[in-house]
Amino acid sequence: MEIKKAAMAGTLESSDAQVTVEPGNGSIELSIESSVIHQFGKQIRATILETLNRLEVGSAKVTVVDKGALDCTLKARVECAVYRSNDMTENLPWGGAIRS
Amino acid sequence: MSHPNKKRLRRSMMFLNCQKPGLIKDPYIYKPDSIMLDLEDAVAENQKDAARYSLFHALQEIDYHGVERVVRINGLDTPHWKEDIRVCVAGGADVIRIAKTETAKDVHTVEEHVLAAEREFGRPEGSTLLMAALESCRGVLNALEVCESSDRLIGIALSGGDYTKDLQTVITGTGVELMGARQQMIIAARAAGVQCWDTVFTNLDAMDVFEEEVRMIKMMGFDGKSLVNPRQIDIVHKIFTPSQKEIIFAEKVVKEIEEKKALGIGVFTVDGKMIDIAFYDGAKRTINLAKASGVYEGDL
Repeated sequence: MEIKKAAMAGTLESSDAQVTVEPGNGSIELSIESSVIHQFGKQIRATILETLNRLEVGSAKVTVVDKGALDCTLKARVECAVYRSNDMTENLPWGGAIRS
Repeated sequence: MSHPNKKRLRRSMMFLNCQKPGLIKDPYIYKPDSIMLDLEDAVAENQKDAARYSLFHALQEIDYHGVERVVRINGLDTPHWKEDIRVCVAGGADVIRIAKTETAKDVHTVEEHVLAAEREFGRPEGSTLLMAALESCRGVLNALEVCESSDRLIGIALSGGDYTKDLQTVITGTGVELMGARQQMIIAARAAGVQCWDTVFTNLDAMDVFEEEVRMIKMMGFDGKSLVNPRQIDIVHKIFTPSQKEIIFAEKVVKEIEEKKALGIGVFTVDGKMIDIAFYDGAKRTINLAKASGVYEGDL
């Protein structure tokens, strides 16, 4: 999926993550800020990249501010930001591109 | 055949806001009978989409340890409910709570979309149960037709805030404004053989008033209550679980009625109280409730 415009999802509350996606230059440029970066940085990164991959996003600038979100929340916030950048809120592929 | 979970124990049904990841990640630790993941009023209008992704992953990935997962969807007068139904069914929600239900037709409309979603996402047809929240005078007056509208319908719940607005009064704390609705709804639910739940109690500083209200709705016949805070769960469970004294008496009644029937005796006394066949179903219900609540150790 193409990132058509900048879009954001999530908050800076505890257990949440704020994800911003912007149109990229042909690759994924990912920056992560997290209070638990030393313990879980690798896993957070992997979850975000896997989610983008499932959504077939190959070009994007992605900024994540993590506040101790579970994997399922990270996925939910990335998906929400990507679909928002395409103005899509209906007939979403639950269980398809959006899956565990 | 009716769904095996249609009549399961539902004393406590606790609302949780799907917009807040911190709230939906571990509510099973408070041991409510059901959680109600909310896509409706608790979720801001511009976050309806975000709440659905959180809901989908919560349903798919979080182990709620046997706590029933109900999802409250947006009303049929909004642009959100169709996608709400798709995500509920795709995620595998146990029950969908229909907001602002007024007629059997409302339930049928939701049912059609649920069936379509079960087919789309490969879920067994009929696996998604429904419950209806009555939130208006018309809804309350139509309680019986709503209760009889669908095999999937587990019961009806009063939504007191919107209902009192429609009635042109307010929640007073005395319960007087809800009397008619409560009475009408429980009678309709029992006539149709479905369950019935009372509205939320939102003043967390008045736990004694809350407890009184729970005792009252238990006496009225309700199956349980919608809750807004984990602190309310234990009080509801305590009141809705039969005491050992009640269980022992019910056991005696059931055993005596069975024994006396064989001897051709219709009326007799148990612990000084006159008992006949009319007491049998009530005593059986006490035993069944004790079993479902995990406090029965007898052999009936």
